[in-house]
Amino acid sequence: MTDRALEPGENGAITWHQVEEEHHDHGGGGATILGFWIYLMSDALIFASLFAMFGVVSGSYAGGPTPREVFELPLVALNTGFLLASSITFGQAIPHIEAGRVGPTRFWLAVTGLLGAAFIAVELSEFAGLVAEGAGPQRSAFLSAFFTLVGTHGAHVTCGLIWLVTMLVQIGQRGLTADTKRRLMCLSMFWHFLDIIWIGVFTFVYLYGVIR
Amino acid sequence: MRRQAPNLIGHGLRLGLLAMSALLGGCSRDVMNPAGDIALQQRNLILFATLVMLLIIVPVMVLIVLFAWRYRRGNPNKTYDPGFDHSTTLELVIWSCPLFIIIALSAVTWTSTHLLDPFRPLTRIAPGKPVPPGTKPLEVEVVGLDWKWLFIYPDLGIATVNELALPTNVPVHFSITSTDQFNAFYAPTLAGMVYAMPNMRSELNAVLNRPVETTGYSSNYTGRGFSDMQFRLRGMAPADFDRWVAGVKGAGGGLATQAYIALAKPSERAPVMHFASVQPGLFDRIVNACVEPGTPCQADVMHRDMQRAGGTAPGSAAKPAAPSQPKPGDPHHRDMTRADPSLAPGAVRAGHA
Amino acid sequence: MTDTLTKTIFGRLTWDSLPIHEPILVGTFIVVALGGLAVLAAITRYRLWGYLWKEWFTSVDHKRIGIMYLVLGIIMLLRGFSDALMMRGQQAVAFGSDQGFLPSHHYDQIFTAHGTIMIFFVAIPLVVGIVNFVMPLQIGARDVAFPFLNNLSFWLTVAGAVLVMLSLFVGEFARTGWLGYAPLSELAYSPDTGVDYYLWSLQIAGVGTTLSAINMVATIIKMRAPGMTMMKMPVFCWTALCSNALAVAIFPALTAAFFLLILDRYAGTHFFTNQLGGAPMMYWNMVWIWGHPEVYVLVLPAFGIFSEITSTFTGKRLFGYSSMVYATVVITILSYLVWLHHFFTMGAGPSVNSFFGIATMVISIPTGAKIFNWLFTMYRGDIRFELPMMWVVAFMLTFVIGGMTGVLLAIPPADFVLHNSLFLVAHFHNVIIGGVVFGLFAGMVYWFPKAFGFKLDPFWGHVAFWGWTVGFWIAWAPIYIVGLMGTTRRVHHFDDLSLQPYFIVAAIGAVVILIGILGFVMSIIMGFVKRDQLRDTTGDPWEGRTLEWSTTSPPPAYNFALTPVIHNLDAWYDMKTHGYQRPAEGFRPIHMPRNTGAGVILSGLAFTLGFGMIWYMWWLAALSFVGLFVVAIGHTFNFNRDYFIPADEVTRTESQRPQPLEARA
Repeated sequence: MTDRALEPGENGAITWHQVEEEHHDHGGGGATILGFWIYLMSDALIFASLFAMFGVVSGSYAGGPTPREVFELPLVALNTGFLLASSITFGQAIPHIEAGRVGPTRFWLAVTGLLGAAFIAVELSEFAGLVAEGAGPQRSAFLSAFFTLVGTHGAHVTCGLIWLVTMLVQIGQRGLTADTKRRLMCLSMFWHFLDIIWIGVFTFVYLYGVIR
Repeated sequence: MRRQAPNLIGHGLRLGLLAMSALLGGCSRDVMNPAGDIALQQRNLILFATLVMLLIIVPVMVLIVLFAWRYRRGNPNKTYDPGFDHSTTLELVIWSCPLFIIIALSAVTWTSTHLLDPFRPLTRIAPGKPVPPGTKPLEVEVVGLDWKWLFIYPDLGIATVNELALPTNVPVHFSITSTDQFNAFYAPTLAGMVYAMPNMRSELNAVLNRPVETTGYSSNYTGRGFSDMQFRLRGMAPADFDRWVAGVKGAGGGLATQAYIALAKPSERAPVMHFASVQPGLFDRIVNACVEPGTPCQADVMHRDMQRAGGTAPGSAAKPAAPSQPKPGDPHHRDMTRADPSLAPGAVRAGHA
Repeated sequence: MTDTLTKTIFGRLTWDSLPIHEPILVGTFIVVALGGLAVLAAITRYRLWGYLWKEWFTSVDHKRIGIMYLVLGIIMLLRGFSDALMMRGQQAVAFGSDQGFLPSHHYDQIFTAHGTIMIFFVAIPLVVGIVNFVMPLQIGARDVAFPFLNNLSFWLTVAGAVLVMLSLFVGEFARTGWLGYAPLSELAYSPDTGVDYYLWSLQIAGVGTTLSAINMVATIIKMRAPGMTMMKMPVFCWTALCSNALAVAIFPALTAAFFLLILDRYAGTHFFTNQLGGAPMMYWNMVWIWGHPEVYVLVLPAFGIFSEITSTFTGKRLFGYSSMVYATVVITILSYLVWLHHFFTMGAGPSVNSFFGIATMVISIPTGAKIFNWLFTMYRGDIRFELPMMWVVAFMLTFVIGGMTGVLLAIPPADFVLHNSLFLVAHFHNVIIGGVVFGLFAGMVYWFPKAFGFKLDPFWGHVAFWGWTVGFWIAWAPIYIVGLMGTTRRVHHFDDLSLQPYFIVAAIGAVVILIGILGFVMSIIMGFVKRDQLRDTTGDPWEGRTLEWSTTSPPPAYNFALTPVIHNLDAWYDMKTHGYQRPAEGFRPIHMPRNTGAGVILSGLAFTLGFGMIWYMWWLAALSFVGLFVVAIGHTFNFNRDYFIPADEVTRTESQRPQPLEARA
């Protein structure tokens, strides 16, 4: 709407003001989605910095554990399965959100949440195991970067879970309004974004770590 | 007549350079009137670049004042043309003038950066005096401690703190490292600065062309004792330098592991110290952070790390355990992604006292 | 037992953390405390707390938030400049056996605080403040895209500023230089609270700046008035867009760098340590990937301000509008590619160094194009030398020298001699003061009448102008010279007495600049005192060309009763020259966002989180962290965020405007 120059009105008179009903979005629809997208890009850059840091010190074991000694690929595969599945289940909720069906929406969101929680649980147990065997983040730069990169991703997923629970409450209270729908679209973008970051993580951290 | 034109430009430039350096060198300071050939080339570069840029800066400043004056409201003798907001020709000129200057400066940048790379061995001792073939540079190892400078002359077997003596007209090759901080080894009259960094080894190639008694500094802030972290730079004729070396040897004292560990403790305003003997390989152990008995050398740790991680593809450049003398200017020294001291010559393994 | 209890409650905060034995700090504290108490007493006496809370602190109006940013910036300017005066004073006297009046321990905090405050709490707030106030008006919008986020961003910046100021009296500040380089900033070499104050205050303020940048970008892309295509947008808005887009692209790098350093200091990780595989060089790379584009984030809006002022006061459209836009975009992109020039001396090799050196020089081409475009806007103009235009000319003459020294430093072998010297310090002060600061003063004088309804006092404005321009050269020319002599920066005392005259002159220059700063403050005070004579009755005191001048001074809360429709560049000039008639009726109810205290509360919690982490008061940090989540989530349950201004109230407000407004062409 703002990218076209407008023609002068009838009789050659110039229109100086918009007199019709204004369809402005209250920061919703257009601006919020764009704003959230820009935020996600900035978040992607934080992850990019963490990836770069990891890349720089990925070989700095300082005589300590190497990737092969600490990464259990079957567990990582399970975790990846959980997270990718959760993206699929969130996708299942989208048509219900758009159609305004509260019940199915909440169902699919709950399933997504459970899968996400399973992901976090597995990851926490992986971390606890590593720390117990002396391969904690203080052991070497490689481990510091590993824990931070994977841990930051996990922290984001946790925030996503808190957000998801909040949305379940709000949908329960108010149904699928313009506001809640908009928030769910943002959550959806966030969730899929984290999925993409995870693909980067398990490729460059786990897989590359054990095959190099 | 025609043949005079290029000479005029060359003369003009040299005159300009001389004039500027005279004006500034009258301040009798090391940057504008340096005793080292590298510093001299750097100074000439600064002056040349400044002159080239003034070619555009001065006319611009004149025009600013001119236009501001001429087109002020109070001036009745001007043309006021409110529609003059675009001119393709002018735009072309506006973008091209800075472009040409920058192209010229870029060419100068590329060549001078390569020629004056601190890692690059010297090709000349002074303007018009190339390095005689077969000349072996004087090796000096520099360690930035908190907050003093340690200089080791490995081939002469002596070491000093806060005093760097150099023979004139002899190329010097510095290997530079640090214990804890990012220091910057800087003697303005000698050459530009290079960072001294823990677990890493920087290089500097330079030469002093005349005797001097001057000061060198650390030019990166490292804390409490930073302002006093200065060293005496003494340039002397080769004969005098030999006498100085003999004096240091005669003074006694030795720099072995325990003495070094005591020296490395933080201290400010350290006095000049001389050591008549130095433990061989001390510098490499400092670079590898394995001076303390029982600490593993970084090179060994990293070598083992690489082997344990499965190593790289067969036939790739795995770092050897006992490498030969690294070439000055070896690009491995400038690998910014990893501390890579395994190429240090004769590195003592599993540092013992 | 009580000892462990004390340690648990107070962390490492003890009575020793208060600087009772340092006379300068005690004196400063007394002055600040008395002054602060006086302000609080005055607010209480005149019963202004309710007014301040309802009309200002909780406001989501971009105009109010912009003004608050400017107030913050000016207050912090006074603090940052006091640091500068102390540094100049110390370096003027500390020669030979005289160690100066500041112990090294103190001096090192001062130069760190000076840089940190000037960039993060003066330059950024002032730039964000001006963009906040002006940009929505210039694009014909009623507010920014996310008004609540705008408020939150402001208060997060304040939280960071309060932490920095607190470090003066409780504990210590960092002694690392304004970027906190590793390994010096690691726990092993900086164990006290200094670097922690630095990290937490900047991390919190950085979140605010990032959110603000996202806000501005979304606003410019989505909320321009109908008909305002990108190429019909004022140049200031282009520079605001590029600056904020750049900010979004770079603050994550700084956030990550600080996050990793925080982990090193709190969790014993080894990102930037010298042991166990740490890579301190990576810290340098990450902060400079932020640091270099950051200066363009600051200077691009200043360039935009100069464009607006030059066009207005020469009575001509800006020369080469498209060229200016392309130059801005090119500068934005290029600025992301040059960061290594801050550490040429680290030995990256000649090919890498040359690449970054040449890339750095290339930025001077679009910048030079801009200077020429301003020059040719002046050409054949009818220039009115009011204060804003004077600032423009001062900028042009000052900034080009700074740019020249920058290109000089971009040549690596030259940098090997001049890196970390006072020549470098003179260069960046030259471009930041000559570019950013002069631009901010020009902008503040230019837009002050729009914000408050009266102009700044011209006499004191001239005092400010001459104080700054003359003072700047007296202060910095000697510094350039000593830099060329090889003098290093951040040095506490000197042994070479022949340098002392230069430093004395520089100190005198700093005092002249102080006159300039005080002159500016006086111009505000005397402007207020003489506001009836300086009143802006038309809303267009400078014969402006852009949309903000079509509103009253100050504009109503809703900015525009009816959203304008745009047909041309310089929209207000276009309206004036085509016989625009302001309608007196036909208004509709206007949708407005409600004020909220959530921003203040969240920032308060961020402050206590930072304080708790700095002082190892883990319970405070944990409670604050949880509190942040609770309040943030709670805020999302508040759906009562907006209201409507009734149409007849709009009609009433509009009818109070003086009529002959649009007859002026």
